[in-house]
Amino acid sequence: MASSSEPMVSRSVDVLVVGGGSAGLAAAISARKRGARSVLILERDGRLGGILNQCVHNGFGLHTFNEELTGPEYAARYVERARELKVEYLLNTTVLSLSADREVVAVNARDGVFRVAAGSIVLAMGCRERPRGALDIPGTRPAGVYTAGTAQRLVNVDGFLPGREVVILGSGDIGLIMARRLTLEGAHVSCVCEIMPYSGGLKRNIVQCLEDFGIPLLLSHTVVNVEGAERVQAVTIAQVDEDLRPIAGTERRVPCDTLLLSVGLLPENELAQQAGIDINPTTHGARVNESLETSAPGIFACGNVLHVHDLVDYVSEESAHAGSCAARFALRAAIEKDAPSAPTAPMSGEGSFPVECARGVRCAVPSFVRPSAVEDALTLRFRVDAVYRDVCVSVYVGGRRVSHRRHVALVPAEMLTVRIRASYLEGLSGDDVITIALEEG
Amino acid sequence: MEDVIWDCVIVGAGASGCAAARELSRTDGRYLVLEAADDVGCGTSKANSAIVHAGFDAHPGTLMARLNVEGNALFPGLAQELDFAFMPVGSLVVCTCEDQRPALEALLERGRSNGVPGLRVVEKDELRRMEPNVSDAATCALWAPTAGICDPFGLVIALFENARQNGVGFSFGSRVESVEREGGLWLVHAGGGVVRSRCVVNAAGVYADQIHNMVSPHRMVIVPRRGEYELLDTSAGSHVRHTVFTLPTKMGKGVLVTPTVHGNLLVGPTADDVDDREGTQTTAAGLGAVRCRSALGVRDIPFREVIASFSGLRAHRPEHDFAIGELPEAPGFVDCAGIESPGLTACPAIGRMVASEVLRALARMGRARGPRPDFQPRRRGYVNLNCISPEEWNELIARDPSYGNIVCRCCLVSEGQIREACRRGARSVDAVKRRTGATMGRCQGGFCCPRIMQIISQEHPDIPFAMVTKKGGASRYLAGNTKEVAPHG
Repeated sequence: MASSSEPMVSRSVDVLVVGGGSAGLAAAISARKRGARSVLILERDGRLGGILNQCVHNGFGLHTFNEELTGPEYAARYVERARELKVEYLLNTTVLSLSADREVVAVNARDGVFRVAAGSIVLAMGCRERPRGALDIPGTRPAGVYTAGTAQRLVNVDGFLPGREVVILGSGDIGLIMARRLTLEGAHVSCVCEIMPYSGGLKRNIVQCLEDFGIPLLLSHTVVNVEGAERVQAVTIAQVDEDLRPIAGTERRVPCDTLLLSVGLLPENELAQQAGIDINPTTHGARVNESLETSAPGIFACGNVLHVHDLVDYVSEESAHAGSCAARFALRAAIEKDAPSAPTAPMSGEGSFPVECARGVRCAVPSFVRPSAVEDALTLRFRVDAVYRDVCVSVYVGGRRVSHRRHVALVPAEMLTVRIRASYLEGLSGDDVITIALEEG
Repeated sequence: MEDVIWDCVIVGAGASGCAAARELSRTDGRYLVLEAADDVGCGTSKANSAIVHAGFDAHPGTLMARLNVEGNALFPGLAQELDFAFMPVGSLVVCTCEDQRPALEALLERGRSNGVPGLRVVEKDELRRMEPNVSDAATCALWAPTAGICDPFGLVIALFENARQNGVGFSFGSRVESVEREGGLWLVHAGGGVVRSRCVVNAAGVYADQIHNMVSPHRMVIVPRRGEYELLDTSAGSHVRHTVFTLPTKMGKGVLVTPTVHGNLLVGPTADDVDDREGTQTTAAGLGAVRCRSALGVRDIPFREVIASFSGLRAHRPEHDFAIGELPEAPGFVDCAGIESPGLTACPAIGRMVASEVLRALARMGRARGPRPDFQPRRRGYVNLNCISPEEWNELIARDPSYGNIVCRCCLVSEGQIREACRRGARSVDAVKRRTGATMGRCQGGFCCPRIMQIISQEHPDIPFAMVTKKGGASRYLAGNTKEVAPHG
């Protein structure tokens, strides 16, 4: 029912995908393959592919295609597949609101403000970078402070160099990749500071982006001041103690014209929150079940809006699962339209079992598992909370250990995946839980 | 420009200078505003608490007290006339220990003698209903229903645009180097040129003492007083419903916690006297103090939601009162100095007072100015897409499709608004920000800044993409092209 202040429903689709980046594309393709008749992607940018379009370095697709592709090449394969499968998409289209009963309001220059009703929805909005303010770095507010992703866009898409003398704070993967990129483009990167005693990026990036270029990585260091009225003139870096507080006397002034921030990514979940969807405070993504369905029935989430990934291949894999579950939901809803059954709560209640993180483990996805809905295997993704050596990752299903694997080293930068065969979940009952834990090797 | 004899030259395009310019533009004189920065409102006016104070704070009998109450009363009408954001949310001064009740009652009395309407003390239970997140220690509070919050950028830009549309000239990048008297006129040297004028208004903010001391033997002193703030995301914007001040206690002075018209939560300020008149950096100690002292009045402020911190300088005079009026020793030279809090609130009244001083001086010089026959009191503001209905938005898009193209996703600002800001004079990203709200959200321009740079360079053919600045001057975003050899080694 459209009230006078709400736009009329302009159309309805089986599966609506919010976001046309790596997650949205994979979800849309998979939804079509799974039988959804109409799949529509709403993308706010001027082209499909999302952040992949600015990732001109290679290393994408090793798992998916057994090839090393650049970001735009990886995106192009999915865009092509989506076109073959007649996935519809609207570009330069921003979703304004989402309701738990699977309707969105969106806007673009051609259609104005319009409403789409969907059989199911896949949230694939990705993430954003934490800005300077989130770290409360004191000092002036000149030009020359960029998040790494913004600098990446300016260099790789627009073709400009944001600065010539660069200090990078944060050793997340984008920061590491930008250290190399800026060096190749003619800038000088004096150092990468990381407040933690270990890097936030993947080992291969530290080797290929810093070590190969002689760029020092200063662990347990942060930026404590920014100077320069109009343009950055220098930053002050300092060592931090175990509580991550700067140690007086260790300050060092580094002249530079640019400070790049690579200090964390946050799922961009404002739409989900607006719709009243439960958010997991550790991942900042929605709480989902084994089908990647959120607390709102028929609304699914995948990719970096669900939890921040480090490899796009895993985003694609996860999103294909979400897309296929979304198609299943939409088709079932269409069949039951004449005799609607009450929508089953995707989370709580009988037949649903929580996933718990025990010692050393955090950010597990999904949060709940309904064994009856697991088709072949359950995929658990999670991270460790610190650097560990010689430990085992174990998964317990209702007290029974069903997976146990030894690792030489585990780092928080690397997302871990464990697959549990559906048959192992059969015995779950009552108050049983699924637990992921680190154990001595 | 050098042949013109201006009736009045106003030094400084902040809230006071623009308010004076707008008041003068009601008359048929020739008026010019000189501004050192590339935009209006770039000094004290842009970094403050954005509060429209009720007026109980200033001491009875001071100019501050009178103009605060007058300015507060003018605010709602001005906001309507000039179409900028103002919300009469009311303010609370929270008392956190019973010992302080006499101080609260003294404040109430002071407010009453200043003529502040509607003041009353609310007791604990009512206070908690009004402001659920008030600190557990709160015992009672002074409620001021006439207090409010405003968009300080919007206010100054509105005054500027309205003055400009009524014929006032504005010259940016014009820092005043000297003011001298010659042949019964004032010669103002600025930005490499000189202008001649019958009157001069000194509305130079933290530099007002320097301008004053160019013409008067009675030295004026302005001490830049820095205030640091934390700005939280809109997700924290409803943590308080009113502006919450705290009475100073033995434990120290609180800071205010307030919603903003943009939907954020603002916490601050500190107060530190500094030497540097451009010293708007934040400090670890200052930001730490903001966080720590805010807890006195409001509990559980979600500081993990901080999206920006900033500081501003108040133009503090040791006398702690506004200095407004023509100098007897310098005929036609009108000070508008020491405009610190509640200067933003008072600015509509300050503008009137300054204009009447100027017009009296002009009349005395035989240049009495009559009303401008075509004075246009209303000015159209910028669209806020967060506040319009889908039908209104669709009408906008039908007229200009670029209003359907969202550039700033966090604050919902379209390409159309950004282009309009550029066409109405914005030349830097911060100038666009202050007019449209773009880049003010949780990503702080991470996504939209390159796009805004592109639009600025499209709208201003003299600004290539690589030359777009954050805030004018040397604040360029880009150092050159990729793979280009550095120009100096």
